[in-house]
Amino acid sequence: MNGTTGNSTNGNGANGNNFGQLLNLVRASLVKDLRLEWRSKDAINSMLFFALLVVVIFSFSFDPTAEDSRHIAGGILWVAFLFAAVVALNQTWAREMRNQVLDAFRVSPAPPLALFLSKVLANFLFVGILESLMAPLFVVFYNLNSVGPVYQLLITGVLGTWALVVNGTFFAAMSLRTRSREVMLPLILFPISIPAVLAMVQATTAVLTGEASPRFWMTLLGVYDVVFTLVCVLLFETVLQAE
Amino acid sequence: MKPKMAIFVGVAIPLLVNGTYQALVVAPTEQTMGDVQRIFYYHVPNAWSGAFLLFINLCASVWYLITRNAAADALAVAAAEVGVVFATIVLVTGPIWARPVWGIWWTWDARLTSTLVLWLIYVSYLILRRFAAGGQTPILAAVLAIFAFVDVPIVYLSIWFFRTQHPSPVFGGNGSLDPQMKTAFFMNLFSFTVYALLLLNLRYGLERKRQIFEESQAAALSL
Repeated sequence: MNGTTGNSTNGNGANGNNFGQLLNLVRASLVKDLRLEWRSKDAINSMLFFALLVVVIFSFSFDPTAEDSRHIAGGILWVAFLFAAVVALNQTWAREMRNQVLDAFRVSPAPPLALFLSKVLANFLFVGILESLMAPLFVVFYNLNSVGPVYQLLITGVLGTWALVVNGTFFAAMSLRTRSREVMLPLILFPISIPAVLAMVQATTAVLTGEASPRFWMTLLGVYDVVFTLVCVLLFETVLQAE
Repeated sequence: MKPKMAIFVGVAIPLLVNGTYQALVVAPTEQTMGDVQRIFYYHVPNAWSGAFLLFINLCASVWYLITRNAAADALAVAAAEVGVVFATIVLVTGPIWARPVWGIWWTWDARLTSTLVLWLIYVSYLILRRFAAGGQTPILAAVLAIFAFVDVPIVYLSIWFFRTQHPSPVFGGNGSLDPQMKTAFFMNLFSFTVYALLLLNLRYGLERKRQIFEESQAAALSL
């Protein structure tokens, strides 16, 4: 009995250390990515300009000043974010390819999970910054004001961004090993993301128009996030080590 | 042709001929929809076979990830390709039926949209296989197959929440079916399953030959 207790305590202690180590690794890698991005601003600038272009082009396709523009604004908003996110996601692993950084990571004893989580968090921050910069622009261009409570838009934004970014980072790692990888990412990311995109758009439209409850769609997004984060975490090592 | 394959073909073709005869001649004409309803004997068995093949793809992919056995990957690619063909037939025969009966070619209801999304996911699977580099292809494809499997229930749930127009299942529901229709349907279901397995087997054999050829070429080069 005592032996078992002792073992489990040791086990917990080791797990605690492992978790601390994991956090340290995630933080180190994340800080590195953020510093690189802060100095070059490659991802943020290209994303911002791309999203701006999408918004302007959409405003020619649909009448943005129409009274019912808030019925389509949710869709346009998320399509712009989706396309812009792909621009950033495609650059996620590019800098790890230079000088064989990724190969070095592969042979290092650091858990692949740390690398994946730091990349997801970095992308989440980039896309989140993009969204918070673009949202005011949308309000101006599409003359938006929300009928429903704004905090629900924030929750939908966080859940939706995570849904795009967690799968996007994973699939970007997968498309690294393909020819014409920049084209490959949206081709595999978009079909899998269809339910998430549907949920984001429906939740946003529901809040903006105040005509329906976004509860179901927000729950669905939450479930999608949990399920796919789990799948990504479980399968990332397989993809990283694929030979 | 190997004798085993000859028997397979010898069984599948008469089954398909009989199935077509049952569907077009023996089964009575449906009261309200008329002859266009007969596409049902074709549409549903194809849908079942397609779903069955894509399920085989999932099993083969998981099997591959566990054992890294090249045969499992050959089965996965064969099942995905043939499955996409069957799913395409479903997506084509559905609108042919829907136009005269519903008055529209397509509607965004749960079953139609889920089938379409499933089809899109598996086409992206095949594209990934074409674009992936060399030895990593099977692993990446197997991983994507697992994503596809996880995605399908979420897709169905999300689109079901809209509204559904597709006729509810005839069996087990409150629908009643003429016994001759039932016979024709089950004969076709059986025939198309056998036919799907035949195609799967052929494509699997081809893929295995390709793998073995590539291995022997690599071995010859390394000498």
